[in-house]
Amino acid sequence: MTKGDVKSRRRKRQASGSDEIITLTNVSKAYATGAPALNGVDLHINKGEFVFIVGDSGSGKSTMIKLLLRELVPTSGDIQVMGYDLVRIRHRKIPKFRRNLGIVFQDFRLLKDRNVYENVAFAQRIVQVSNKEIKRNVPSILATVGLAGKYKAKPRQLSGGEQQRVAIARALVNRPAILLADEPTGNLDPKNSWEIMKLLEQINENGTTVLVVTHNREIVNAMQKRVVTMKKGVIVSDEEKGGYIDED
Amino acid sequence: MRISTFFYTIKQGIINIFRNKWFSLASIATIGACLFLFGLFYAILTNFQHIVKTAEGGVAVTVFFDEGISQERIEEIGVLIDRRTEVSGKTFISADEAWESFKEEYLGEYADGFLENPLANSANFQIYMNDVSMQPALVTYLEGLEGIREVYRSEITASALTGMNALVAYVSVGIIAILFAVSIFLISNTVTIGISVRKEEITIMKYIGATDFFVRSPFVIEGMMIGVIGSLFPMVIIYVLYNQVIEYIMQRFTMLSSLLAFLPVESIFSTLLPVSIAMGVGIGFLGSITTVRKHLKV
Repeated sequence: MTKGDVKSRRRKRQASGSDEIITLTNVSKAYATGAPALNGVDLHINKGEFVFIVGDSGSGKSTMIKLLLRELVPTSGDIQVMGYDLVRIRHRKIPKFRRNLGIVFQDFRLLKDRNVYENVAFAQRIVQVSNKEIKRNVPSILATVGLAGKYKAKPRQLSGGEQQRVAIARALVNRPAILLADEPTGNLDPKNSWEIMKLLEQINENGTTVLVVTHNREIVNAMQKRVVTMKKGVIVSDEEKGGYIDED
Repeated sequence: MRISTFFYTIKQGIINIFRNKWFSLASIATIGACLFLFGLFYAILTNFQHIVKTAEGGVAVTVFFDEGISQERIEEIGVLIDRRTEVSGKTFISADEAWESFKEEYLGEYADGFLENPLANSANFQIYMNDVSMQPALVTYLEGLEGIREVYRSEITASALTGMNALVAYVSVGIIAILFAVSIFLISNTVTIGISVRKEEITIMKYIGATDFFVRSPFVIEGMMIGVIGSLFPMVIIYVLYNQVIEYIMQRFTMLSSLLAFLPVESIFSTLLPVSIAMGVGIGFLGSITTVRKHLKV
């Protein structure tokens, strides 16, 4: 895909406007030292899309996730997520904004001293859901990710795949509109990786917009989803049913 | 805030104490050591001030009257003295009482040679003061009163007591201030270690959408509870030790027992206990809130 194709795709998406859930306009991010992590990035993601963001280390994928979480502020440009202006948002509004997002990490980031149920309930308590609702919601979401029988287990008693399922359950229990998954299969074997990706696809089919940052070539090529390829802080390719583009 | 969230926060604060029991013990020990030293200095300071105050109470200004003064004028002078705020009390010593006291103290059986009272003009008021540092002002006032022949005062004793009292107060306040600063520093370090273990938890909470208040609350409750526990331990130790130490001092230094007027333990603790608990809570609160703040920027 040429740069011209990217531009025409952007125009097409801008025209459809109202369904856009994530909009990055000419976003650049430079750290105090080194080259810019992102350089004039434009990206438009519609409600209900499943998007892979791929690229090598240093391509700017992680910076983009941090910008979308409002962990970082861009050096220039605009970011709109679900109507929130992430450049101008007030600090006290950030928690409310983040409740629209679910986040899954490569290293699961579960609380090791708490069991599966408590790890998931933890997310509900943070957004001040009542105990009664927690008791209803947590078993239901654990059933969705296939861990209903393991609610008492501590993370160390689970396999990598199961731990990632718990992390997904925790990300989903507050019913976010967008699920951000940062290398969700990075620590998993191929079988578990596929199971996790199938679960993410199922979540997407239920209406959640899913963004997956990954290095996993086989999965990206097999799933035939939208693929945004980044290199040295710019988007070099954005294909509707794309594949993993090799560096060379 | 929901009631369930409120109780959840309290519960998490308590659970955190046990979840990080070594960190909690280190914090309790640090606060406890600092407040033990604080309690020790407070007990020494208040007792010293009490001893000085008692000694000050014994320092009297003596007022002698003009020859041939009427009893009525003496009573008027007595009323004027009573009106002075720096005066805590006064005693009237008649000429006969003064002679009797002198005989007893200095003459013994030799006093029989005196047929008349040689101290006929020695009736006086002995005036006791609330604050020895006010003595010069009182003396100036008394010297200006009609009917007063002479005012005797003990300048050296008064200034020495005032100076010593001020010195002890300055030294103690200085030591307590240093202890307070040291304890804040130590607590901040201990909390930093404890929080670095839970940095991951704070980060996850922030990603999920926790408010700063929600993240901070369990840590602050934990810090305050550690502060309360850390303040109670040294108080129990000081309470037990206090009477034993005083008893030991009184037995060991019997010569000084008339000079040393120690306060009862209840009197010390009526102030020390609430102040120590408040300091423990304050240290725990400040230590935890300032340290958590650094980790909220996610």
